[in-house]
Amino acid sequence: MVETLSPRDLSGSASQVPAIEAEHLVKCFGELTAVNDVSFSVLPGEIFAFLGPNGAGKSTTINMLCTLARPTRGRARVAGHDVASDARSVRSRIGLVFQEQTLDEQLTAEENLRFHAVLYGVPHDEVNGRITRVLDLVALSPRRRDLVSTFSGGMARRLEIARGMLHTPAVLFLDEPTIGLDPQTRALMWEDVLRMRAEEGVTIFVTSHYMDEAEYADRIAIIDHGQIIALDTPANLKAAVGMDTVVLETADDEAALRALRRLGLRVEATNPGVTAFVEDADAAVSHLVGAVGVAVRTVRAHRPTLDDVFLHFTGREIREDHVESQVPMMMRARGARRR
Amino acid sequence: MTTIQEAPVRGAGLAGDLRVAGMVWTRELIRYTRNRTRIVSGLMQPVLFLFVLGYGMGSLVGTSGGFNFRQFVFPGVVAMTVVMTAMFSAISIVWDREFGFLREMLIAPVSRAALVLGKTAGGATVAAAQGAIMLVLAPLVGVRLTVLLVAEVIALELVMAVAVTAFGVFVASRIQKMEAFQVVMQMLMMPMLFLSGALFPLNNLPGWLTVITRVNPLTYAVDPLRKVVFAAQNMNTAARARFPTGVSVFGYRMPTPAELGVVAVFAGVFFLLAIWGLATTE
Repeated sequence: MVETLSPRDLSGSASQVPAIEAEHLVKCFGELTAVNDVSFSVLPGEIFAFLGPNGAGKSTTINMLCTLARPTRGRARVAGHDVASDARSVRSRIGLVFQEQTLDEQLTAEENLRFHAVLYGVPHDEVNGRITRVLDLVALSPRRRDLVSTFSGGMARRLEIARGMLHTPAVLFLDEPTIGLDPQTRALMWEDVLRMRAEEGVTIFVTSHYMDEAEYADRIAIIDHGQIIALDTPANLKAAVGMDTVVLETADDEAALRALRRLGLRVEATNPGVTAFVEDADAAVSHLVGAVGVAVRTVRAHRPTLDDVFLHFTGREIREDHVESQVPMMMRARGARRR
Repeated sequence: MTTIQEAPVRGAGLAGDLRVAGMVWTRELIRYTRNRTRIVSGLMQPVLFLFVLGYGMGSLVGTSGGFNFRQFVFPGVVAMTVVMTAMFSAISIVWDREFGFLREMLIAPVSRAALVLGKTAGGATVAAAQGAIMLVLAPLVGVRLTVLLVAEVIALELVMAVAVTAFGVFVASRIQKMEAFQVVMQMLMMPMLFLSGALFPLNNLPGWLTVITRVNPLTYAVDPLRKVVFAAQNMNTAARARFPTGVSVFGYRMPTPAELGVVAVFAGVFFLLAIWGLATTE
């Protein structure tokens, strides 16, 4: 893992022009309001995650920011340019990675990148250098001259991220970038993304419905039914949900409860065992076990996850309505390799 | 940590557009040369028409002044090769849509005209090349080639291919589903080829067929090709009478420049429609 997992210090950057600025964005499709009054701003160099179940309005929002959909109301500026009135300026300053693969599998990795470089007007004398650079960033240099049809799904995805960075965009948009990838590949991809941010200073806007991935973000917006229902750092969001808990099952839970209460801890009898509410569950375990004064059978430490966060703010699990829709997506990904 | 967000829009303007068109053109060529099966299978159908139809019909049609049906049909089959290759190349946009690459092109900050120009030039180059390969078969069916003839044929192939590719790009921009591709090929391509005079002379046809062939723009691309090929052969009066060239519209025998003018207008109209088609797609 790359070490920049913790939120970056964003103090002092308030004077900078935001990389993304959305003001009261609304998008209607006929009767349906897909995005309903969404406002937020993203600072340069920030990793900003948009989290929510399918159909929550994530892709519609990203499409508006990328100038692929016109806002019904409200306005947005990306890299200092209005998405509605100055779409071409926005497009030349952003990199895009979609859910669906958009590579030409009959071309090599290098040819795909070269094509992109021309589309985005990378100067002639910089093209080779940039190709070498972005391939290095995603560790695909050895496959430079290989046909993309020989790439695994994960490699293709990472090549797309490299391609998105080729023209040194101010903002890189990643729409569900890890969909259909195995956990190991997802981790690799995130390492690539963090490396991009660290070495190229790019702002990253990512949508996901994987809660664990949002931990990589500096700030998270949770979107549901077209509205942002929470927006903060991962740590603050988790803090809003509640404290860490440690559940102890002992030979005598009554005695354990009394012993821990004497220490001034907030403890509740739960069946089975007793539950202690603490600041830091991992650190508290040994202290608690030592303090109960009776034999401890099992200990479980629990720290609120972003799944808990989502549950807390929406009253339901993020994944419940997602499982079905993932299947055709993966079949599609497999189908695409048939060519 | 530097942000590059204030760099100007690069690659804009005519030079940028031409560079993009060049890249799209290059991609067509790479894909064509890399796909040997496509080159070979693209030749299968014309070869079938040339030899099977050529010999099959040849005995029926007979020989006039030492000139036979195979020699007559040869320019038509070359045209057929060009049309099919150009159409296939253009319609690969449907594939690009299916496999996502069209999106990569359409979201880029480039003009649609540059994309259509590159696609048209690419399709035309590939189609002319495929048509040129067919010329290798000329000696086998008794068609005499000269350097001038080869140059003329390739030039006419390019004109024809530009028109067909522009038409194909427009059609492809309107097709959303892969399934529709086969339908389009069957419903548009084959009738247009059959009704273009590629396989039979367009004189002395029944009225309704005359009308259809005269409306078909391909007619005006096939005839000039046949004219230049025939001009290089030793044909006596009997042969010329038996295997006539030229297209008459309302009794007016169209000269080659007029025919090519029709093709050029057709190409221009569909070039613009293709730009519009890609601009309104997605």
